[in-house]
Amino acid sequence: MSAAQTVPDDAAATTWPLLAARDMAVYFAVGSALGARLRHQQHMLHAVDGVDLDLARGEALALVGESGSGKSTLALALAGLRPVNRGEIRFDGRVLPARRSRADQRRIQMVFQDPYSSLNPRLTVGGMLRELLKVHHIVPPGEAEAYSKELLSLVGLDEDALRAYPRQFSGGQRQRVAIARALALRPEILVADEPVSALDVSVQATILNLLRDLRGELGLALLLISHNLAVVRHLCDRVAVMYLGRIVEVAPTARLFADPRHPYTKGLLAAIPKLSDNPAVGDGAVRSGPAVVGDPPSALRIPAGCRFRTRCPIAQPVCEVEDPALTHATLDPAHQAACHFAFAPAQPAAVVPEPLRKE
Amino acid sequence: MTGQPGTESFGIGSLLPAAAGGTVAMLDVRDLHVQIAARHGTVRAVDGVSLEVGNGEALGLVGESGSGKSMTLRAILGVLPPEAKITSGQIVLDGVDLVPLSNSDLNRIRGPKMSMIFQEPMSALNPVMRVGNQIAEGPRVHLGYGKAKAAERALELMRRVGIPDPERRFRAFPHEFSGGMRQRVMIAIALSCDPEIILCDEPTTALDVTIQDQILRLLARLCAESGVSLIFVTHDLPVVAQLCQRVAVMYGGQLVETGDVRDVLLDPRHPYTLGLVRSAPDVDYVRESLVPIPGSPPSLVTPPSGCRFHPRCSFAEEDCTVLPTPLRELPGGRSTACLHYERCQEAVAADRAGS
Repeated sequence: MSAAQTVPDDAAATTWPLLAARDMAVYFAVGSALGARLRHQQHMLHAVDGVDLDLARGEALALVGESGSGKSTLALALAGLRPVNRGEIRFDGRVLPARRSRADQRRIQMVFQDPYSSLNPRLTVGGMLRELLKVHHIVPPGEAEAYSKELLSLVGLDEDALRAYPRQFSGGQRQRVAIARALALRPEILVADEPVSALDVSVQATILNLLRDLRGELGLALLLISHNLAVVRHLCDRVAVMYLGRIVEVAPTARLFADPRHPYTKGLLAAIPKLSDNPAVGDGAVRSGPAVVGDPPSALRIPAGCRFRTRCPIAQPVCEVEDPALTHATLDPAHQAACHFAFAPAQPAAVVPEPLRKE
Repeated sequence: MTGQPGTESFGIGSLLPAAAGGTVAMLDVRDLHVQIAARHGTVRAVDGVSLEVGNGEALGLVGESGSGKSMTLRAILGVLPPEAKITSGQIVLDGVDLVPLSNSDLNRIRGPKMSMIFQEPMSALNPVMRVGNQIAEGPRVHLGYGKAKAAERALELMRRVGIPDPERRFRAFPHEFSGGMRQRVMIAIALSCDPEIILCDEPTTALDVTIQDQILRLLARLCAESGVSLIFVTHDLPVVAQLCQRVAVMYGGQLVETGDVRDVLLDPRHPYTLGLVRSAPDVDYVRESLVPIPGSPPSLVTPPSGCRFHPRCSFAEEDCTVLPTPLRELPGGRSTACLHYERCQEAVAADRAGS
């Protein structure tokens, strides 16, 4: 363990992407500790359950999925803010230890969903940045102020913002402050967990444009967690779709939207409301069935076999017994899907499953 | 308008469904003003809003936070916060003006005539009451149903809104339901007394996109089946496009554009609507860069003179800063508050040509 940590394998480093997760799993203990001791068994919620993920230098990768799919937990674990139960995370090919060094922490920074609760209300923006720069020794103390001003202009805020408290900003400006704080440490990877979900539509656009510009200017790799596929399409090179703790499909953005292979991805895409599509008007008033039926099953009772089969329109007997792994078509290794029929020449006929009965 | 709404005495008899009124609007809001007394002055939250909703029609009411859309909805339902007051205007539901009514009179309207679906079902449902009893409560109170009959009605409603295994789930508590199922319970409660209009305050904002799709389809089906009207408040333009026939866009407490959903969203005639459409990422096409609306929403204590959008508008001219901008009718059953709406038309045409 410590050998792998101190002696990076140079030969391997050339083949590893900037950030790589292998068979990563994060569990939560549920129920009372006393109950677990009495039963001699702790119930575990499998939030992330065996994920392989690569992020190349300068790449923008999106993680999408329903709430409870484990996308935020995966992001927190990658950023080193949650312990991992199984698997490994590699940075430049080097396995990151459970307790990261300050230098490693610096290289992955995070922007959270709610700029109202992720900034310290008792610190001015300048104070916040000063503390950060001091702890991580980013610039000599004398240059902290100039560096802070530079950061603010990078995210489109005035110098006056240094003396202001978070409450004096609007939602969009706070998110800019949060981005400036993340960038202060000159990270190589920015993890953004639903950075615009809490903002008004007109402000969302400014933050999305900012993230896109920053990527270009700084060569940042971006891991964007979002449930909004329109946002993803606007910003990301590649998309990974998560369902119940697993990645079920990953592909370059344009290909995922044009040719989704996993039935869940197909449903997810069909469920997005579109401006130009108005079935409520005229003959469209009689509508077909929903894109995806039922609710996702509980992560405490993950279905055997394929996890999506309880809601899948093309589920077959084989799906109940065999858990499909991520595979790809022979010609196109970049597009992977975890479905028995994703790249089959003929797909089974779609049957709308009975809405899931919960026990 | 048929009948004499002003002279009709209000009693339980008038709560019975009126005879089919032809093209008469089911809900007619006329020049509504809502003001909130605050320490720094009077906030004009709703400032002269007029709306009509026909039988079985779904109207989308869109705008940013603070545009007054939720306040309009709350005024219609008569559940304004204590510091907010309706200062003038009429809210006519089926020929009865709701503004002068007392709370106990309103209580006889809320339920059998209009009901509401909230954004966050977990805080709108009673956490310590069985779901079935919450759905049955309306029919028992408003329709005089006995316990058994109300329970039967609740089961029927649970089936109608797609809650699986209703007999067993009747006795469940809200925390045992998922977000989508809770919203279905809310819809069942809203439907329980056969209302004529349902007011929806962002009912799908807290839901996942797949569940949102299920709920929107359910609402569309219920509208078509039972002829219930909807007012659907949201900031999400594509959601409005899925469900509504007509849309009204609010800005700074006023309506700035109304019309057919397809016309307004795909070919806007007000720069604010155009700004909303341009700034929202849409899956159908990827633009080089999203175009945000510059500036921030106006103060509702001291709103800008003339058109309230002029400080943020790229088409604004001198007359926009002085002239009042009421809604004006355009051909095709739509209206706009913009003095220079032709500019919008040109900009949309340029966008089309460019994409």
